[in-house]
Amino acid sequence: MTYEAIVIGVSAGGMNVMKQLFAALPHNFQLPIIIISHIGARSDNQWIHILNNTCSLTIKEADEKEKIRPGFIYFPPPNYHLMIENDKTFSLTIDAKVNYARPSIDVLFESAADAYGRHLIGIILTGSNSDGTLGLQRIKDQGGLTIVQDPSDAEYNPMPKSATSIKPDHILPFKEILLFLTNLNQALLNT
Amino acid sequence: MEDHTPVDHSQPHRNINPAAILETIFSRYGYDFRHYSEAHIKRRLLNSMVRWRIPDTEHMKERILTDEAFAATLVNDLSITVTEMFRDPDFYRSLRTHVIPILKTYPFIKIWHAGCSTGEEAYSMAILLTEEGLYDRSTIYATDFNQQALNFAKEGIYSNDLAREYTINYQLAGCKSSFSDYYTSQYDHVIMHKSLRRNILWANHNLVTDSVFAEVHLILCRNVMIYFDKVLQNQVQKLFYESLIKGGVLCLGSKESLKFTNVYDRYSEIDKAQRIYKKKY
Ligand SMILES: C[S@@+](CC[C@H](N)C(=O)[O-])C[C@H]1O[C@@H](n2cnc3c(N)ncnc32)[C@H](O)[C@@H]1O
Repeated sequence: MTYEAIVIGVSAGGMNVMKQLFAALPHNFQLPIIIISHIGARSDNQWIHILNNTCSLTIKEADEKEKIRPGFIYFPPPNYHLMIENDKTFSLTIDAKVNYARPSIDVLFESAADAYGRHLIGIILTGSNSDGTLGLQRIKDQGGLTIVQDPSDAEYNPMPKSATSIKPDHILPFKEILLFLTNLNQALLNT
Repeated sequence: MEDHTPVDHSQPHRNINPAAILETIFSRYGYDFRHYSEAHIKRRLLNSMVRWRIPDTEHMKERILTDEAFAATLVNDLSITVTEMFRDPDFYRSLRTHVIPILKTYPFIKIWHAGCSTGEEAYSMAILLTEEGLYDRSTIYATDFNQQALNFAKEGIYSNDLAREYTINYQLAGCKSSFSDYYTSQYDHVIMHKSLRRNILWANHNLVTDSVFAEVHLILCRNVMIYFDKVLQNQVQKLFYESLIKGGVLCLGSKESLKFTNVYDRYSEIDKAQRIYKKKY
């Protein structure tokens, strides 16, 4: 199966897992990663610059109309919803909040599912609301691969717990999600 | 703050053809959303299909064609009207530092707020100009294609909750007096002073289908074009270019850029971070 992008939704407890994720990703990681984290929603995204030093890929704020490319990890600007168009570029909107959140994981995941179809991987990690469940369902409906952090392994379990209701392809402890990603990359490099 | 509980789109999602729906809206009512961001439009259409229990594209088209009130609500729904007074206070600081001195050189000043929504941006400008002693020689054209929003704007009535947020923005924007000098409180809302409105002309204008209507010194079009695709952004940028005098100033929203448009080299940057540009001579 050829994958073209990964979308990740993370909320409470996210900083810890993101740090581990950034440290684990190799510099030649083949897929663009787009992350919605509720952490930075009210900040000026300065933390992105700080985390950039801990990662061999480039972490950046997504620009309006920007083309999505491998080698990058994208975050939305604070206070905007992030969407993906069929031509694999970003759109920003300031629609009403969804699940009390802007950016919302559902909003990104739904548009990403439509843009990438079965070539998308969607991952839900630690968090204490239920944002992302409907989005993950859409990814599944469109034939993409769905992964949820094992709720018993998550620092905050409501978000992963809610997401398991869609019967994702994999429910894994975070360490195994990292392993999955690095193995996947190895497989992509070999083909 | 407005919030939406998440909407399960899975039923209509199997049966939606956004392009066909937009075509119907355009041919029947003349509102042209065909070059708006697809992802955004699709999500708004799905939301309203779920809300009104419309199962598929055919029923949606039928409803649009036969029910004008429904169509009006839909058009309103497709235009996002979220706005604030002194939204992005740093932008207003930059206006004061970099643009007010330019405006001071003109005997009369014409300003166009394109996509003014419920009026907050235009009132902010009126306040800024008042504090800089320029309001008497200014005319503000505040336009939008959403008549409902324009009607609201003309009233100049905002809830106390909003007024509290706007007060914080006003202070952060480095303004000179007190925000409460500009309104009268009544029960749970505030009414902006009439004097702020005296030089504002509210008008219905559609950026996609209407043409240039004035020659102006300053254009603000903030958080409107993020909803447009590249083709439409270029078309509207051409309209703005033709509406500005030489040396005139264009302000975009803080996440919008001229960079990927055809007119990029015809402007110089006044403040890159705040997206303030000056039309070259
Ligand atoms: C998000 S609001 C921005 C309001 C304000 N400029 C601000 O930045 O706070 C976008 C506005 O653009 C208007 N708009 C969208 N498409 C338009 C068009 N084709 N012509 C005129 N106005 C339009 C909408 O009705 C809405 O009021």
